[in-house]
Amino acid sequence: VKAPRTLRPLVFLLLGIAILLPFAPLVIWSFSESWFFPDLLPARFGLRAWTYVFDIAGAQIVSALWQSVAVSAVTALISVTVGVPAGRVLGLYQFRAKNLVAVLLVLPVIVPSLSVAMGLHLWFLRLGLTETAAGVILVHLTFCLPYAVFVMWGVFANYNPDFEDQARSLGASTLQVISRVMLPFIWTGVAVAGLFSFLLSWSQYLSTLIIGGGTITTLPILLFALMGSGDRPVAAAVSLVFVAPALGALILTTKSMGQRNLTGVW
Amino acid sequence: MMVQPATEGTQARAQSPPGRLPHLLLLTPALLVVVALFGGGLFMGLLQSLGHLPAAGLKNLSLAHFGALFKDPDFLTSLRLTLYVAATATLVATLISVALALFLVRASRLNRLMSFLLQIPLTVPHLVVAVAMIFLLTPTGLIARLAAWLGLSDTVQGFPLLVNDTWCIGMIAAYVWKEVPFITLMILSVLGSTGVELLDVGRTLKAGPWQRFRFITLPTIFPSLSAAALIVFAYTFGAFEVPFLMGRTYPMLLPVWAYKSYSDVDLMARPEGIATGLVIAAVVSLTIVLAHAILSYSRRRGMVL
Repeated sequence: VKAPRTLRPLVFLLLGIAILLPFAPLVIWSFSESWFFPDLLPARFGLRAWTYVFDIAGAQIVSALWQSVAVSAVTALISVTVGVPAGRVLGLYQFRAKNLVAVLLVLPVIVPSLSVAMGLHLWFLRLGLTETAAGVILVHLTFCLPYAVFVMWGVFANYNPDFEDQARSLGASTLQVISRVMLPFIWTGVAVAGLFSFLLSWSQYLSTLIIGGGTITTLPILLFALMGSGDRPVAAAVSLVFVAPALGALILTTKSMGQRNLTGVW
Repeated sequence: MMVQPATEGTQARAQSPPGRLPHLLLLTPALLVVVALFGGGLFMGLLQSLGHLPAAGLKNLSLAHFGALFKDPDFLTSLRLTLYVAATATLVATLISVALALFLVRASRLNRLMSFLLQIPLTVPHLVVAVAMIFLLTPTGLIARLAAWLGLSDTVQGFPLLVNDTWCIGMIAAYVWKEVPFITLMILSVLGSTGVELLDVGRTLKAGPWQRFRFITLPTIFPSLSAAALIVFAYTFGAFEVPFLMGRTYPMLLPVWAYKSYSDVDLMARPEGIATGLVIAAVVSLTIVLAHAILSYSRRRGMVL
């Protein structure tokens, strides 16, 4: 049965509304000065929340923003550096333990970080890694690295190493083969792997709290505190700041890479 | 997402080129990190939940904490509630996803705007989804205001409780919103490539719509669908942010219960918190291994491309 032509736009419209609706209260709240029930829209719009975020409470929120960026960027960098070689092996070669390795790598992505972080805390305590950025980065690596490996695995499964042999037969050194042959082929994949790791680390709350002990205040830690304080406009504004990098990345990758790209993050 | 990248085999070599053995060497750093941090974290957790205290050493390891856990009626209530939320969210998301994927495949092609829209929920952190759903669904939220504006209910009391409620409706809505695109895209990746041609074959053989769904579409999407559903179930079962912000203070969902016990001022509660975390890890791991088994079995049979 063909879907009736008139029904099609309707379903698209409903789907669009369903997807975009949750953003509506965030945007409205972040621009509201006073909004009492049961008014559909705020009595007064204004920039109080946004001024608060970037000026008055600026020190705290901007500092959280930078801590988030720093932790996520370093996590992503390490994930990609370690993930590319591993992805290459998994994508290009068959070996017996491959299935086992796949399971071993998929578990940390989905087993909740709280199960791991609660155990790691005692260990990190002895190593002096609790309440440090290094400790938080390490606990984020637990699931960001496997994720990067999976992305690179997929990239290398579609990679033809014959070009490397050709370059080598023409006298290229290993370093030249990597920089002139391999990297140009895989760089979009590397970017996606880095992006995924960044976003995954960016959205972490509980593992940061357990290992960072409140000393490392990333954006999600701040957002939870704000939700507790009940200042809805500011919580809404910070939520939008929090979701911005992911949405920006989505728009960027949709433009540059077309269809299947961010389907992995969830 | 990928339990294992699907597009394999074209270039994969039987073994490494002769004379070189870079495999394990290149794989080692990644495996070391995962085994040390993930394995180490779970192992250290296990030690503590077996009663190991830093001061007391390794003596007196016992299953007492796990035993106490499974005798605690509050724990069992939390476990049941968590299973209910994860199962309901997965079921609802799966049903919507199947319908949506069938619709999108029939609407000839997933147009760019639609595929962009569909990817939005994938990028939004659960924490923000929870905040947005709270602003949307509480008795003073946007939907309640909309209902008041339409004259349907004009008091806070007139609107049903959807957040911090008995049936976790808001929580389930948050998960469904977040996971439907994931399952839908998993199904579409299979359906887009094989489904349409097979359906044409079915049509020429005079199969009705239900027959085509039951004997062509469903078998085609089943492995991916069940793997996606299991992944969603596993994720929902262990997630913390959404139930922490949207759940009631009693009964709590298991991840919230685990963290509450872990961070309790009473240090004796800590091992039980960690033990709960390990129970969650065990449930999630079993679910994922099952998903992986389904996918690799059907891939070997050539059922998934």
